[in-house]
Amino acid sequence: MEFPGLYNYWITIVLMMVGFYIVIAHDNLIKKVVGLNIFQVSVFVFYISMAKVQGGTAPILDAGIETYSNPLPHVLILTAIVVAVATTALALALVVRIRNAYGTIEDDEIEGQEDDA
Amino acid sequence: MIAAHLPALQVVVPLMAAPLCVLLRRPALAWALTLAVSWVVLAIAVLLLLQVLETGPVTYPLGNWAAPWGIEYRVDMVGAFVLVIVAAIGAVVTPFARRSVEHEIPRDRIYLFYAMYLLCLTGLLGIAITGDAFNLFVFLEISSLSSYVLIGLGKERRALTAAYRYLIMGTLGATFYLIGVAMMYMMTGTLNMADLATLMPAVADTRTILVALAFLTVGISLKLALFPLHLWLPNAYTYAPSVVTAFLAATGTKVAVYVLIRIFFTIFGGVEVFRINLIGDVLMGLAILAMVSGSAVAIYQNNVKRMLAYSSVAQIGYMVLGVSFATVTGLTGGIVHLFNHALIKCALFMALGCVFLRIGSVNIGDMAGLGRRMPVTMASFVVSGLSLIGVPLTVGFVSKWYLIQAALEKGWWPIAVLVLFSSLLAVIYIWRVVEVAYFRPAPEGGPAPAEAPLSMLVPMWLLTGASVYFGIDATRTLEVAGGAAAFLLKGTP
Amino acid sequence: MSAEATILLAVAVPLVAAVLIVLTGSRPNLREGVTLAAAVILFGLVASLFPAVFAGGRPAVVLGEMLPGLAIAFEVEPLGMLFAGVASFLWLVTSIYSIGYMRAHHEKNQTRFYAYFAIALSSTMGVAFAGNMLTLFAFYEVLTLCTFPLVTHHGTEEAKRAGRVYLGILLGTSIGLQLFAIVWTWTIAGTLDFTAGGILAGKAAGPTVGILLALYVFGIGKAAVMPLHRWLPAAMVAPTPVSALLHAVAVVKVGVFTVLKVIVYIFGIDFLAQAASGGWLLYVAGFTIVAASVVALRSDNLKRRLAYSTVSQLSYVIMAAAILTPLSAMGAAFHIAAHAFGKITLFFCAGSILVASHKTLVSELDGIGRRMPWTMAAFAIGALSMIGIPPTVGFVSKWYILRAAMEAEQTFAVAVIVLSTLLNAAYFLPIVYAAFFRAETAEPVAAGGRARGAEAGDGGNPRHHGHRREGHGEAPLTVVLALTVSAAGILFLFFFPDLPLALARQLAGGAG
Repeated sequence: MEFPGLYNYWITIVLMMVGFYIVIAHDNLIKKVVGLNIFQVSVFVFYISMAKVQGGTAPILDAGIETYSNPLPHVLILTAIVVAVATTALALALVVRIRNAYGTIEDDEIEGQEDDA
Repeated sequence: MIAAHLPALQVVVPLMAAPLCVLLRRPALAWALTLAVSWVVLAIAVLLLLQVLETGPVTYPLGNWAAPWGIEYRVDMVGAFVLVIVAAIGAVVTPFARRSVEHEIPRDRIYLFYAMYLLCLTGLLGIAITGDAFNLFVFLEISSLSSYVLIGLGKERRALTAAYRYLIMGTLGATFYLIGVAMMYMMTGTLNMADLATLMPAVADTRTILVALAFLTVGISLKLALFPLHLWLPNAYTYAPSVVTAFLAATGTKVAVYVLIRIFFTIFGGVEVFRINLIGDVLMGLAILAMVSGSAVAIYQNNVKRMLAYSSVAQIGYMVLGVSFATVTGLTGGIVHLFNHALIKCALFMALGCVFLRIGSVNIGDMAGLGRRMPVTMASFVVSGLSLIGVPLTVGFVSKWYLIQAALEKGWWPIAVLVLFSSLLAVIYIWRVVEVAYFRPAPEGGPAPAEAPLSMLVPMWLLTGASVYFGIDATRTLEVAGGAAAFLLKGTP
Repeated sequence: MSAEATILLAVAVPLVAAVLIVLTGSRPNLREGVTLAAAVILFGLVASLFPAVFAGGRPAVVLGEMLPGLAIAFEVEPLGMLFAGVASFLWLVTSIYSIGYMRAHHEKNQTRFYAYFAIALSSTMGVAFAGNMLTLFAFYEVLTLCTFPLVTHHGTEEAKRAGRVYLGILLGTSIGLQLFAIVWTWTIAGTLDFTAGGILAGKAAGPTVGILLALYVFGIGKAAVMPLHRWLPAAMVAPTPVSALLHAVAVVKVGVFTVLKVIVYIFGIDFLAQAASGGWLLYVAGFTIVAASVVALRSDNLKRRLAYSTVSQLSYVIMAAAILTPLSAMGAAFHIAAHAFGKITLFFCAGSILVASHKTLVSELDGIGRRMPWTMAAFAIGALSMIGIPPTVGFVSKWYILRAAMEAEQTFAVAVIVLSTLLNAAYFLPIVYAAFFRAETAEPVAAGGRARGAEAGDGGNPRHHGHRREGHGEAPLTVVLALTVSAAGILFLFFFPDLPLALARQLAGGAG
């Protein structure tokens, strides 16, 4: 395979690192959640793209359809997306509570308050 | 008829009960339902264990879709053992929970607490029962999401940040696991663990599989708080409600260790994963670091809950150490320590729950004189503490015996020395509490705290008694753990 | 009743007694009745095992498996029989003694005291009758833990510190070293049963033997081999009956008993004698004997002097065992019994002096023999036994050890025995001399007054100071009775040493 052959993996890796970096480097709790989402999405892209069969269509049982993409990863990712949505919702809910309790959503400021306590 | 569906019921019963709790609303009703469900779950788990002991692994195709296409539930010796641990802890914690939860959680949220508790139980049981790598991820997330909520229910505001940090770390770990599963699927085209195990040897030497193994290991290590990925654990355990800490400390990390065992010895069982690369050495090194550093840091904690949390980090080190030996003795030690440590830590955190109920604090300075004021609670703390140290006639001794024996069998005596050294550190931190509780006079003035209510003392002593009983007669637990270890090391699922 | 049931009962009776003591805690007379009854029953049970063991029988019972292949098992062999007999007899005497002592001294928490005391006896029986090293180790640890509340009985800051040293050394060595040695033995030999001739012969060799022996000897912290002896003087903050029974008889004797068991039944005397790497033990023990005697010589506090004397005497047993001949093993076994009687008498006397006069320093004892003739007479007998002068039992055991050392041509051991005998005389005889032949000083020295308060640890109990010094006579009747009995025992065993000697001889396989 030539250069663009595995470009989907490169996209996955780039997205993953971007997400991971945001989670680690940013102090803003919302941005961390955003980073986490990007990180998760990179894995979803990874799953979906690996299921693609060259020249294949959607897996529909019909006459004339011989090659089709592997449907299983798609289904798995539907589940994973649900999980990711739940995680995001919970994280955001926690951020709201943290904001109420601390008056800020900046990690360093929260830590400052915790050290004082 | 029902017996054939036990594997499904194991998970479905608590899963269905959770929304029922939300519908019931009344705290007393929600608690009663949880109690009933947790005991039913325990009964199912015990029946499954007996069945496995009698006839070997039990499989159950979910929705009658045959493996490897459908999701298969598969209960073997290890799985059944972990199921019993989780279910038993759940069944004992629930009666304990009523008074403690009333005290620590606002009344209008109690029903939510029980719903989350049941979901967490579902997730943990599901992890232990499923034979499908992706299904495991789903259960992992069910248990994790509900435990984030449970931790966030803690009284102090720091519970929120602890839950948030755990959420970030936990999600990263779970996603790492997902990547590992994806790579395995790419190479083998299956998600069924038994199927994976048979297909793995053919592709084991590819770089993809090695990377998959790395992702799986790191992801699960995050979940089980293996040093140095343990940073979420101390805060989460410290600020969670007492019941949650008792439950999670005894089950959450144990199930993660189980997943680790599953990956290494079932999925990668055919390729003897520890012999083809450095992974065993790395795990062993980290386990030893966890043992020593966890115990050492625990000595300096003034919050007793945090102290025990660091002690958990050390104890996880023991379990992973047992796993990393990859010998029957070592693995037996690791698996039996799952059970033993669950008993010990649950009882210890329950004792702290009782203390918190009566004096509203778990700081070591506030525990002065408790030896006289809450004698039953503190006696349980001392016995469980001795078990943690590994004094003979307690379960802690049994685990330690096996780990040391495993180290000596391989001729690695420095590791045996470190295991013993770490238990001596445990003497120091446990005895700090004992000295304060028994030798420092209680502060003058103010009402003297009474003993904790019976509904909390009985579950606590049940576990304490079990940790002495299984220390004196360890043959039964060792039979199961040893059987499981031998089964796993055969290399076939 | 079968011998099996008797063994189990011997372990169970004190435990049951502990429960009953707690239940009858509100009625002191009944509570002490329980203690005495249990002590009598226990002694009866142990005595009833004598004939069978004497005839060469080895009654055994397996309680159940703890780990696969490792049972909690009991087996009565001569050494254990001897030890159990001594310990159970002295529990009886000590119970009588402590009733007088604890009441006269107005100690607090007496129920807790008697209860833990009974549990300690139960675990001592467990150690004495243990059939394998695992069982022994389990009871060894229980003994450490249940004596902790006794050592820290007064609950003061000083008691807490002493408790730390006590627990730190005993638990630290036993978990850190002894357990290591036990698991190692198990991996090498595949068994932990006490077997005549040892279980390691042919399975371990070279430096392994020496290292293993070191792990055992230093892991058994209760034997107080230097440098792990510090817990013993620290534990002297405990009430005197505790010091007497536990730190002259039960705890320390469990230590040397275990060392002896390990040498005889785990290593095997012959095997260890062939292995060159075990020779160091003799010298460590010899050093401990002399060094501890020197420290004892310099201590003014009576209980501390006795404590260091104990450290020194314990190493007699270990040194005797380390000579590694059947005769020396027999001397070692007999010395366990001999020293038990001698040292408990001395501690009884120290407690008696404390109760009657509140004196704790050697320098305060001038002329006290006239006020407390019984106590000081018993003290003199005990002291003679420690030095090894006839007609006391100490002479008999020293005789055998010396003979063994000479036969084995261990010049070092002979020299140590001679030197330490001189030192013993130097630190005991002045006390006896001062008590009987010096005139009583009118005003006790000021320094003594300060130390007294700390030693008594009475927690500000005002009644203490009501009946002090002036015009005191003998201690309470039960105290005097107990110390007279134990002193009589010292003399009795000199004239009739046959029974314990026969048991010791069986241990050594018919030598001497």
